[in-house]
Amino acid sequence: MKQFWAFVNKEFLHIFRDRQTILILLLMPVVQVLLFGFAITTDIQNSSVVVLDECQTAESRALLKEIESGSYFDIVQYIQSDRDIDAIFKKGKVKIGIVIPKDWSRRIGAGQEAPLQLIVDASNPNEASILTGYLQGIAAQFAGLEPVLDVETRMLYNPQLKSAYTFVPGVIGLVLMLICTLMTSVSIVREKETGTMEVLLVSPSKPLYIIFSKTIPYFVIALINIVTIILLSMFVFGVPIKGSIALLFGVSITYIFASLALGLLISTVSSTQQIAMIISLMGLMLPTVLLAGLLFPIENMPMPLQWASKIVPATWFIDMTKAIMIKGLGIGLIWKQWLILLGMTVLFIGISVSRFKIRLS
Amino acid sequence: MRTFLFLLEKEFKQILRNRIILAMIIALPTIQLAILPHAATYEIRHINLAVVDADHSTLSAELTAKLNASRYFNLVSDGTSYEDALELVEDGKAHLILEIPPHFEKDLRLASKAGLMIAVDAVDGTMGSIGSSYLNQILQSFTAGLVARGEIAYPEAAGPQARIQVIPQYRYNTQLDYKTYMVPGILVMLLTLVGGILAALNIVSEKEQGTLEQINVSPVPKQSYLLAKVIPFWIIGLLTLAIGLLIARFLYGIVPAGSLLTLYTFAAVYVVAFTGFGLLISVAAKTQQQSMFIAFFFLLIFFLMGGLFTPISSMPYWAQVITWFNPTAYLIDVVRLIVMKGSGFADLVPQFFCILGFAVVFNVWAIFGYDKTA
Amino acid sequence: MPEAVIKVENLTKRFGDFTAVDHISFEVRKGEIFGFLGANGAGKTTAMRMLCGLSRPTEGHGTVAGFDIARQQEQIKKNIGYMSQKFSLYNDLKVWENIRLFAGIYGMKPKRIAAKTDELLNRLGFMAEKNTFVEKLPLGWKQKLAFSVAIFHEPQIVFLDEPTGGVDPITRRQFWELIYEAVEQGITVFVTTHYMDEAEYCDRVSIMVDGRIEALDSPRELKKRMEARSMDEVFRQLARKARRSAD
Repeated sequence: MKQFWAFVNKEFLHIFRDRQTILILLLMPVVQVLLFGFAITTDIQNSSVVVLDECQTAESRALLKEIESGSYFDIVQYIQSDRDIDAIFKKGKVKIGIVIPKDWSRRIGAGQEAPLQLIVDASNPNEASILTGYLQGIAAQFAGLEPVLDVETRMLYNPQLKSAYTFVPGVIGLVLMLICTLMTSVSIVREKETGTMEVLLVSPSKPLYIIFSKTIPYFVIALINIVTIILLSMFVFGVPIKGSIALLFGVSITYIFASLALGLLISTVSSTQQIAMIISLMGLMLPTVLLAGLLFPIENMPMPLQWASKIVPATWFIDMTKAIMIKGLGIGLIWKQWLILLGMTVLFIGISVSRFKIRLS
Repeated sequence: MRTFLFLLEKEFKQILRNRIILAMIIALPTIQLAILPHAATYEIRHINLAVVDADHSTLSAELTAKLNASRYFNLVSDGTSYEDALELVEDGKAHLILEIPPHFEKDLRLASKAGLMIAVDAVDGTMGSIGSSYLNQILQSFTAGLVARGEIAYPEAAGPQARIQVIPQYRYNTQLDYKTYMVPGILVMLLTLVGGILAALNIVSEKEQGTLEQINVSPVPKQSYLLAKVIPFWIIGLLTLAIGLLIARFLYGIVPAGSLLTLYTFAAVYVVAFTGFGLLISVAAKTQQQSMFIAFFFLLIFFLMGGLFTPISSMPYWAQVITWFNPTAYLIDVVRLIVMKGSGFADLVPQFFCILGFAVVFNVWAIFGYDKTA
Repeated sequence: MPEAVIKVENLTKRFGDFTAVDHISFEVRKGEIFGFLGANGAGKTTAMRMLCGLSRPTEGHGTVAGFDIARQQEQIKKNIGYMSQKFSLYNDLKVWENIRLFAGIYGMKPKRIAAKTDELLNRLGFMAEKNTFVEKLPLGWKQKLAFSVAIFHEPQIVFLDEPTGGVDPITRRQFWELIYEAVEQGITVFVTTHYMDEAEYCDRVSIMVDGRIEALDSPRELKKRMEARSMDEVFRQLARKARRSAD
């Protein structure tokens, strides 16, 4: 056991002497949380529009004033012909062209249907349909129609729709995977490549100790990162932890073990650092970012991808973290997910230890 | 010049023998283009909706049926209490609750006015807001339908009423398919990964192996040495783009609306920029591990702040300012414009000079940063 | 006495508070084998890297092949060969490809390279391995190849940093035969080593302790002066003074 701690000590020295790396390891989650929390939103505001006002009446100007008064639209240009719109769209800044036909005011006065034409750049379909919806709302209000349905919308758990609520659990999942899996696998393979691993393995200490000792510093860094992220999200974004902190850490530690075990597993199958990196990135990072519900809701994906998401450990971790932190659920509602994650962890540790033993004999 | 050719020959031999790189050139575009457009979608469909119908009327049943028929929603339960529905939300089985109060039909028919309650699982803010806006749209069309059929009248309003009809005409992506929007962005991601990651690992791996010292102790000019590294990555990058375009065509039927020459001109300059960026990291880092991490750190920022997943125009102003210094943001914009709208070079001149600027800065910086005499 | 090809005065290198090389001065004459001895961490490699233009001196000056080591590093590089203690040919290139690359870097013409490659490989008995990846060669062969590559372009001086680490005495002996052949061609050899039997093969040796040169003379003179029977004893007498531990 003493030997084990001597190895752990060596690994700590290795990592902490490399100031640049340690700085990146500790700073990375901070930058990610800030970026995700502030910059990554899909709220649509201040979209540029151009206007072709063929009508040129007090009413048409009043409508345009109404459109510009909200925070959704900025009229950037008045054009003379709807043929100009295509050229404007091709420059990429303007999203919508609003065309008010010549007889628009007259038709309104006559109580007839008065068409308002929107030419929409639909390259981003999401943006296009939301903007169209906004304009429809503005037009209805301008027309003096009271809505028939009085809809009261309650935003559960996240009344201000802050994106930090959505992303914080995901960022924790991503950062832990990055540090535990990528760093562990690469640092073990590095010792293989440089030949120092052989030296360690012929020493009279137990090989498994040597391998486990390499994971301990990353375990510690991962814990520091969790605390950093949680503090940031609480004090910068005001995301509360509604559920139990102990439960959150319990779940996180299970996930850290799963990630470390995956790192070990990757190190046993890779012969060079580059291979280890590619496997970590392609096999783990990409699925974590894409399939685990970090950026995109899993429910929207086609069935095969939804099944695939179930074998990504981060899916279960992010699901539980959201439940604990934001919904404030207790163990009673997440024990199933926890068991699944625990099962994966045990499986990964089992496979990597047995593979490691095979490689030795 | 002859020295340079010897170096170039060496780089080509090494790259062609590196199976990881060859595998990446084939696998990266295939996997990313096959999976990413399906996974990376904000096109909310089949969102799980729990309807709590306390009215049990013809109209409430009609509304429920209309929601169920919509491609946006997936009805997971109806007729239960709000508390039951909330439990579904806690379990993650429903994301939206629509509560239809008692007397809904009566209120509509008699007063032309009725209340409804929507509760949104806003843990996922995007899904919450998009989901509720779709739900609102369906509700509007439901009442508009009732008015049109003459079943209910519009409520009496204080001011004058007008019948404004908003007619949207969608261009470039008339099917409103999110995949069409994602694919051009993914092509940029491919170019970035090839230039950024492979180049970032290249010089530093020579450092670790000790061969860099052998180069440093020779009279090779550092510009030749770096240029010999840029060229193979440049070719690989453009090859990856070609493979990516072919896959986009066969899997999604996406053919660039604009000129391939314009597209390739931009890609060519961009790959030079990113290879320079990768080499810069490689020159600065001590180990491959460090290099990988730095590269990853920046690539993540470049992608997230490049408008790949979320629009730049949605970001707060200070974040938009940051994106001015992000080469990836320019190229994502440009490739979408060329592929979807057929924009020509004349439309894209400002973006071109920005990307060119990055190419010059990164490469010159890499040359200055590479110190043969440490 | 032949002219000096390396002249160094008060050469010093500091890394922060640590003085790796502390005001050393010496000359190396054309055509000699100059042994640069010292324990691990004594500053040998740092000093040598400054001579090769891989590292800038903090203080002092010197010339190599007539060029200033602080200002004309690229000129120096044209006139020297270098073999580091870490094996540094490209593992993923074949034997002939490595020769072609490095000869090409030093400005040799392809035809001349091709002819000289065959001649070299024949002389070394490596002809059968011409198309072998360097990775697959045994260590001793790699070292012989690395040395041959380092002098392929016929430099004035070749710097060897512990060239024979980790190989058996027979291979070391063969390696030294290659060094003697190089000297016969008129190449000056500057070699660091911590094998004391190798020190005996040098014309003159300097012994570094804690960043300073403690002794510099021919092995015979040193043994006489210190009343030692072997270089090993000379070295141990001097190294006893060392305060710096090996890293």
